[in-house]
Amino acid sequence: MSGYPGQDPNGTTVELVEKQAFTFAQLPDKLALESGATLGPVTIAYETCGTLNKDNSNVILVLHALSGDAHMAGLYKSEKGKPENTKPGWWDTMVGPGKGIDTDRYFVICSNILGSCMGSTGPASIDPETGKEYAANFPMITIKDMVKAQKALMDHLGIKKILSVIGGSVGGMQVLEWCVQYPSMVVSAVPLATTCRHSALAIAFNEVARQSIMADPNWNNGAYYGKKKPDMGLAIARMIGHITYLSDESMRLKFGRKLQNKNSLSFEFGAEFQVESYLQYQGNKFIKRFDANSFLYITKAADYFDLAREYGNGSLVKAFSRCKAKFLMVSYTSDWLYPTYQSKEMVKAMKKNNLDVSFCEIDAKWGHDAFLLPDPRLDNLVTGFLRRAAHESVAI
Amino acid sequence: MNPLRYDLKIIASWIAPGSKILGLGCGEGDLLYWLKREKQVIERGIEIKESKVVKCIERGLSVLQGDINEEIEDYPDMAFDYAICSQTLQQVYEPATLIRSMLRVAEMGVVSFPNFGHVKIRLKLMTSGCAPVTKELPYSWHNTPNIRVLSLDDFKGFADQTGFRILKKAAINTNGGQGKRVTVLPNLFAGYGIFLIGKE
Repeated sequence: MSGYPGQDPNGTTVELVEKQAFTFAQLPDKLALESGATLGPVTIAYETCGTLNKDNSNVILVLHALSGDAHMAGLYKSEKGKPENTKPGWWDTMVGPGKGIDTDRYFVICSNILGSCMGSTGPASIDPETGKEYAANFPMITIKDMVKAQKALMDHLGIKKILSVIGGSVGGMQVLEWCVQYPSMVVSAVPLATTCRHSALAIAFNEVARQSIMADPNWNNGAYYGKKKPDMGLAIARMIGHITYLSDESMRLKFGRKLQNKNSLSFEFGAEFQVESYLQYQGNKFIKRFDANSFLYITKAADYFDLAREYGNGSLVKAFSRCKAKFLMVSYTSDWLYPTYQSKEMVKAMKKNNLDVSFCEIDAKWGHDAFLLPDPRLDNLVTGFLRRAAHESVAI
Repeated sequence: MNPLRYDLKIIASWIAPGSKILGLGCGEGDLLYWLKREKQVIERGIEIKESKVVKCIERGLSVLQGDINEEIEDYPDMAFDYAICSQTLQQVYEPATLIRSMLRVAEMGVVSFPNFGHVKIRLKLMTSGCAPVTKELPYSWHNTPNIRVLSLDDFKGFADQTGFRILKKAAINTNGGQGKRVTVLPNLFAGYGIFLIGKE
């Protein structure tokens, strides 16, 4: 169950990790979803780093964003037991020995989300009833359903208390959902650059992204597996996403009006500006690793998420009244997808419930993406907060 | 652990062990950290500066970033035993509102500020005719964050007008680490005043 320390090609200590999977909700005991539909069997991919301690009190659950996967940190172990020559996990700057989420201290689990295409059950999985991919017959899933599946994984691993649930963006929504749905399991929580409900602006961007996929003739109402995929639609959806992850300032600093590999305008429709070339590159990179239907389902789940509606009849204060966790909330000054006022609204509701909440708005130029970039401030915040949570949970 | 500043030591001596504390404008959290370690208090802090908030949370304190005047409004009535406003009242636009809020969310409040009635200040203004700049109030008129200059006696009058009681007071002179109490004519000779206040 534990990860193994090793050395990467530069000699830095890294975790050697393995992709693992857990399957549950076997027929006929299918998983009941929020929509009323059922789904089964359900497979959840996950990875772990660090070692579980004797009393199972050092568990940290990391939850990834929209297009992430369970590979949060370290390198995959090859057959010879040495690191494979692959990319380190998506949060390798934060998770590892001596890092913000210190794998010398904590047993860190990252679970892939239900509906994803990164090893967990999603629209690209085979429907046992038809023997074909679910495609558009995959039931609509919600953040609540994703968390329910993660809870099943925790049960399977024998974990009853989680020292901290940590995640940014759509991962942060899952963090909030965990705190409200399973309050007695969560000791502390770190929702980063997230929201308890999408603004009209966020829904609008998601809808344009979904429309671009559905308008691609290859989409074929979702039934494109084994055929030409809606690559163009998915690439454009990703380009829209990347605009929302940046900021006016970061785009100005990164690209400005600079041209790509040329000095003068060529008066044609190719990618001339650097920003155009960047977005096209990101779009083309994305279609190689992500499934268009998964994108549709997960963005819809994010749009549906509304903690106040779900648990408080519209009142966020009432929704948080169920929570027991200590919180560290972090927002970023230039995040226009989930601006600071949305984090502050949650902090307010937590305070009204006498909850223990720390909050910091990090001054950063890089927009919503900032939470994934290396930043000593975030490392220090997380390190200090986790140590306190561990210390005070022992005291109780 | 670094020794506590003299004025903070006096405040700390007034706090009952195990109580619930709200630190308003808590800076890097020196007082909250000391109280948590030595008196096992349950602490919450509010600080506006990002770098100081990071420092507090890094030290294991529960602190949130924001404006004290706004943030204090969200806490339920009597959520704390003490609300502490150390060396910040002179920078608050509406001190009466803040003090009322402090005594809404906490049983008692602690307020400290530099004394504008000090003899040095009086003499400086009289002799030079210019806005006084001192060790306790080191800014010029055009760059000072201290928009409410008050004396110890002003605060006593303010208590009567606003409707709160002064439960304890300390008039002090200090260079930071060291200091002493001023008992003779404190409004003339003390650099700072510290007050424990409660509802009428």
